[in-house]
Amino acid sequence: MVTAVRALDRKLLRDLRRLRGQVVAIALVVASGVALMIMSLGTHASLRSTAEAYYDRYHFADVFARLTRAPDRIAERIAQIPGIQRVETRIVRYASLDVPGVAAPVTAQIVSLPEDTAPALNALAFRTGRSVQSGRPNEVVIGEPFALAHGIRVGDRFDAILKGTRRTLTVVGIALSPEFVYAIAPGSLMPDDRHFAVLWMGRKALAAAFDLDGAFDNVSLSLLRGADPSDVIARLDDLLAPYGGTGAVERADQISNWFLMNELDQLRTMSRILPTIFLAVAAFLTNLVLSRLISTERSEIGLMKAFGYSKAEIAIHYAKLALAICTLGILLGWIAGSFLGRYNTALYNETFRFPFLYYRPGIAPFAIAAVVSLAAALGGALDAVRRAATLPPAEAMRPPAPPAYRHGAIPIPKGLDNSTRIVLRHILRAPVRSAMTVTGVAFAVGVLMLALQWSDALDRLVESEFHDTRRYDISVAFAEDRSRRVLHEMERLPGVLAAEPVRNVAVRFRSGHRSHRGTVTGLPAGARLEVIYDAVEGVIPVPEGGLVLSSRLAEKLQVGPGDPVEIEVLEGRRMKFSVPVVRLAEEYIGMPAWMDADRLRRLTREADGIARVNLLVDEAGEDALFAALKKRPDLAAIAVKRLAVEKFNETMGKIILVFTGFFLLFAGALSFGVTYNAARIGLSERGRDLATLRVLGFTRAEISYILLGETALLVLAGLAFGCGTGWALAAVMVSSFDTELFRVPLILLPSTYGLGVVGAACAAVMSAALVRRRVDSMDLIAVLKTRE
Amino acid sequence: MTGRSPGTADVSLETRGLTMVYRSGAVEVRALSDVDLQLKRSELVVLLGPSGSGKSTLLNILGGLDAPTSGQVFFDGREITAFSDRELTRYRRDHVGFVFQFYNLIPSLTAEENVALVTEIARNAMPPRDALDLVGLTARADHFPAELSGGEQQRVAIARAIAKRPEILLCDEPTGALDSTTGVLVLEAIDRINRELGTTTALITHNVGIADMADRVISLADGRIAEMRVNERKRRPAELSW
Repeated sequence: MVTAVRALDRKLLRDLRRLRGQVVAIALVVASGVALMIMSLGTHASLRSTAEAYYDRYHFADVFARLTRAPDRIAERIAQIPGIQRVETRIVRYASLDVPGVAAPVTAQIVSLPEDTAPALNALAFRTGRSVQSGRPNEVVIGEPFALAHGIRVGDRFDAILKGTRRTLTVVGIALSPEFVYAIAPGSLMPDDRHFAVLWMGRKALAAAFDLDGAFDNVSLSLLRGADPSDVIARLDDLLAPYGGTGAVERADQISNWFLMNELDQLRTMSRILPTIFLAVAAFLTNLVLSRLISTERSEIGLMKAFGYSKAEIAIHYAKLALAICTLGILLGWIAGSFLGRYNTALYNETFRFPFLYYRPGIAPFAIAAVVSLAAALGGALDAVRRAATLPPAEAMRPPAPPAYRHGAIPIPKGLDNSTRIVLRHILRAPVRSAMTVTGVAFAVGVLMLALQWSDALDRLVESEFHDTRRYDISVAFAEDRSRRVLHEMERLPGVLAAEPVRNVAVRFRSGHRSHRGTVTGLPAGARLEVIYDAVEGVIPVPEGGLVLSSRLAEKLQVGPGDPVEIEVLEGRRMKFSVPVVRLAEEYIGMPAWMDADRLRRLTREADGIARVNLLVDEAGEDALFAALKKRPDLAAIAVKRLAVEKFNETMGKIILVFTGFFLLFAGALSFGVTYNAARIGLSERGRDLATLRVLGFTRAEISYILLGETALLVLAGLAFGCGTGWALAAVMVSSFDTELFRVPLILLPSTYGLGVVGAACAAVMSAALVRRRVDSMDLIAVLKTRE
Repeated sequence: MTGRSPGTADVSLETRGLTMVYRSGAVEVRALSDVDLQLKRSELVVLLGPSGSGKSTLLNILGGLDAPTSGQVFFDGREITAFSDRELTRYRRDHVGFVFQFYNLIPSLTAEENVALVTEIARNAMPPRDALDLVGLTARADHFPAELSGGEQQRVAIARAIAKRPEILLCDEPTGALDSTTGVLVLEAIDRINRELGTTTALITHNVGIADMADRVISLADGRIAEMRVNERKRRPAELSW
């Protein structure tokens, strides 16, 4: 039994027990890094494998195209395009719903289903009920999120206005679709399951409702393996152009999939940046503790060598200590990470809807996290272990020379008391170590600020989008263009204070070989309810002459003020023209472009119709207005700004709260780990000095000042640098979110700096209190009798 | 100025029935047994004895570093064995100077700063330079411990101990880590302090030769006072050899 564990390993176990405070502090930092890595990699792997399985099993299409109207026979011509595997023509329209108990109007996207058979592409994952049957034109299948939000069950009915006609629809099935993993109303950013629905109706019923008998207005394709999507899209666009095709997109640009992939990319970014910080700090702490242990064990090392232990055996002994600490951290991190990964994946499933969820992080994230952490720990231990291995036995048996201090390059100001001198000289004597402690604390502040910054940035984003740019309360879109008379009708509706038309035209921008598919927004001169808003300069007047481009779009097209941009209209008469860029505007959401509405109409040669109207509404009259709008048969979609903001804040608020909670724990572990180890090492190195001072008549408070004063000074510096670190981390994260859809502004409110500093400081104070307790229980005589 | 001769001076420190028992595991170690002792003002006492005889334990209790298992210690008539931790700190701060075998200087402070460390918190301290002058180290005032020899470090430790003009100076093997030539310099410093400042001094050594510089020699064995004798002729440290 006694020989089962080798003597050196027995020493290792005792060392671990003796150093348990420090061991746990380091293990927590490692665990935080590992947990973060597993959470993000695991969530990433799970969501990706779920999405892939979902897309595969339910035949998610590869290419999507919209058009105005094409006869069914065109489908055969589409099928002849080389590289196409399957073609599914459809009708996709918008309608408004009147759901009992919901004051605000509900917008629905209605997609046709072949009666009696399953669709060849974008199949439905039925949660309950069945598909629609032929000869029953009022049957619908509804999306599960909407059904859950309203408690709608199979057999329930509600009214819908389809192209001006009120119909009562019966729910026969509840389903999810790979096309609507992230289901958002046109123009919105976040799913709002209460006010946006996806419905599926029989093809014949929908064709009858929208006058599309024998025709279709939407097509999706799957491609043969190895087919070039851009070639297929080019041919498809040519084929559909006469039928009002607005340009096909491949799966990568399909809106739901785009959001999902974007989220996956962000998870990947997070899995790289944050764990790196934690593991680097853990490596430093391992080095700190091991170096100290080895310097206190010089004579033991000498003794072991005198007994005949080899350099390698000594090196392995101390390396094992680092590995043991790290292994503890890895195990804790594995447990926390798999829990957080599962939780996080489930949290994602509230926004991204899948019929099934594979939480299958696989062994890869666990293995990667373990290997990276062990490498970091060994890297941190390397220097200390090498010193132990190369210590000559005779020298190791002699006590080390007293630590050499000299009058340094940085003079200590005169007039300071000697306790403060001790503190300052000690910091200056080990500048690298001091700097690392400062860095560790700075990262703790930074990580916390990073989490808090999201709230600041999103608040600014919401304010910019919903307050500065969109100043209306409700925006209504008509099913078809209406005459200008409709503006007066709108103004006379109850509660409406002002009404202003807006025109959105689908176009392709071109400059040289660069192009972008987007929208030009036509605003009336002097528009007040929707304006061009520059993040820096504020409201920009609608120019008479040319185009205002969002700076992100200008960047993509590589144009600036004065440069011409080719515009190819993708609807109506499909005009092509060139307009100069007048100026740029910095926007956070999308890549918008604006023109004067009249000039846009002249260039597109469209009639003076109105497609969308923005309304300013007296809040007191809102319910009456909703009731009036629900009765109108000509509306396709109604967007209520207040509801969008509420939904955005609710969703983001929850996510931010959860993540800030996680990050508070992680940052706390970081701050605690760094501070505790710094103070404990300080105590170990200077226990003798402190005991001497106690003997000389210093009080406990006075010697605590010397020990913890050093730590406090370093922590204070760390807190100050942390503000800069937080800013820099936020800048890196924000730049990784710079997508075509949105940019996150780099905004850090004073409260974010404050909370970051306070959070990290609390953890530091806690660890200092623990060390102070040790100072209080120090045995003066025992310390003085030992010779270093 | 010479120290007052023993027997005629007032008592500075007194112990009554001092007993100290350490318990380590099942073993009971009796470090001191019923020790009665008086140290008179300005007296220089050498405590002699082999290791384990209890002399360090006695010194630690006299200095307020340790509490006895039973018995009492009086300083100027006040019972320090009844002091709280705060009062003991105050006692060490204002009345006691310590010199250790391993100097215990603060490595991050210069010689002068090490002395100032004490003068900053004491009530009636002399300027640090004056204390260094007493041990003959004014020239080395700006040096850090790592830049000083062992003997110099010990003299700085003595200057640090006496700079607050303590009533009592307790020295635990002050020459233990030094060769005899350097040791003499250190003892001369202690002797000079005793003579010039009238500090009651207790000096532990296991070196019989050093005992000749004392007013009184107390020998300890097995935690008891084995012998107490008054030196008829005190010798100067320079005359000592060991």
